[in-house]
Amino acid sequence: MNLLDFLTPSPEIAKREGPDDTIVISSRVRLARNLKNISFPGWATKQDRIRAMDLMRPAVENLPQMKDGFSTIMDELSPLDKQLLIERHLISREHAVKSAGSAVVMSKGEIFSIMINEEDHLRMQALLPGFQLESAFNKIDEVDTLLEKQLDYAFSSKLGYLTACPTNVGTGIRVSAMLHLPGIVLAEQINQIIQAVNKLGLAVRGLYGEGTDALGNFFQVSNQQTLGEEELQILERLQKVVAQIVEHESNARTLLLEKQKTAVLNHIGRAYGILANAYSMSSKEAMNLLSLFRLGIDYGFFPNTIRALSDELFLICQPAHLQKLYPNTNEPEERDIVRADIIRERLKDIKGPITK
Amino acid sequence: MLCNICKQKRATLHFTKIVGEKVHKIDLCEDCAKKQGLADGSIDVTDFLLGLDVSQPSDEPEVEELKCPVCGYTLSHLKKSGRLGCPECYNTFADMLEGILKSMHKGVRHVGKIPNAQHSGKTVAEKIRKLQEELEHAVAIEDFERAAVLRDEIKRIRVKLNESEDKKL
Repeated sequence: MNLLDFLTPSPEIAKREGPDDTIVISSRVRLARNLKNISFPGWATKQDRIRAMDLMRPAVENLPQMKDGFSTIMDELSPLDKQLLIERHLISREHAVKSAGSAVVMSKGEIFSIMINEEDHLRMQALLPGFQLESAFNKIDEVDTLLEKQLDYAFSSKLGYLTACPTNVGTGIRVSAMLHLPGIVLAEQINQIIQAVNKLGLAVRGLYGEGTDALGNFFQVSNQQTLGEEELQILERLQKVVAQIVEHESNARTLLLEKQKTAVLNHIGRAYGILANAYSMSSKEAMNLLSLFRLGIDYGFFPNTIRALSDELFLICQPAHLQKLYPNTNEPEERDIVRADIIRERLKDIKGPITK
Repeated sequence: MLCNICKQKRATLHFTKIVGEKVHKIDLCEDCAKKQGLADGSIDVTDFLLGLDVSQPSDEPEVEELKCPVCGYTLSHLKKSGRLGCPECYNTFADMLEGILKSMHKGVRHVGKIPNAQHSGKTVAEKIRKLQEELEHAVAIEDFERAAVLRDEIKRIRVKLNESEDKKL
């Protein structure tokens, strides 16, 4: 099956809704697990990796959650397909460079994705729109409980689930929320927020995870500690911190509108002006301008425009999405032109920002 | 380091014995360990350690680089990558990891989910076996306080087991 036929179409993804989704784009919980008696993927021989994959893959594919899912070994994916999956947050950048002995299994609708032989033998995630970390945790916990009946996990009563990197040992859990924080960024409070969050032992990362930029004012907040604390405690801490950041962001937005309305309108109006009129645009520029456009929609500056429009543009303006939709755009320069064309076309009936 | 019994071959198996607060280590080559019935697991290691007295106080420096007996991962691999080779590496490099884990995490002991297979259908024999595994591990990482606790726990369960069997008769 063609990967693009399997993935949910971008307009539908953009329409998905969840609690607090003006600010919390998505909630994700991932668990790291390994098999007993087999070296971790980074140290295992190719034969061992394949042996481990052959043990795990059928168990993963037969999960009820993976009914009508998509399963593939990494060797069979083209570089473009891998990039597409990164943009959908279904595989990590690290997994994209894996070849023999690695695989990925995804559920229809993309809630579940399980990477086989990434850094650990199993990296399983549940990804939901909006602020629903607890639900994401319950979903992936169910998957884990089903898998442990068939697979012999490496587990120690003292250190818990054993992982390739000691940073994940114990619960092997990473709870993370993707946040859109243009208000905090415009109010120039983002560094304080990042510092405060770091102090709580949580990490703040960019759009595509570890070591990436905060493109488009998107930030991922996640736990770093996995040992000595129960899953539910980690989850609760994340929920509290995310709820606080959400409150900060809404306050920042309200305050900006009260105190610096002209400046806010200026930012959003200029972003709109470029989006609606440019003839060439890089994905980075598009992300940053679409972020302001999205903020304008949230403010109600663009009547009759729904957020799904900006969210769909976010998705399809990413390089691999664009190249999949328009196969003759192998060069970045060609994509920049097509990207600008798409955005201009989609914004042509929308007037500039207005306030009552 | 040479085997404590034959004093000829290289010692590949290392055991630790705790008497009161004194710690003795014994290092055996595979052949001597087999003769003692240690290498194939046919004897209870704890009993062996409690009864045998060919050990000597340990102050021998480590000459060879620490290497995981299961996967061959070395300490320098660990230092270079910050990652481990296999699940057993957590035992092999326990000393070194202890400090790392302490600085990284909330605690150094797992709390939270336990795979079902690990706590369901636990017969007394399984429980003892599990405790023995833990004891070996504790000894390996030189957590002697915990080793002593585990040793007493195993004794206690054994006594209890004997009592309940006496009652049945």
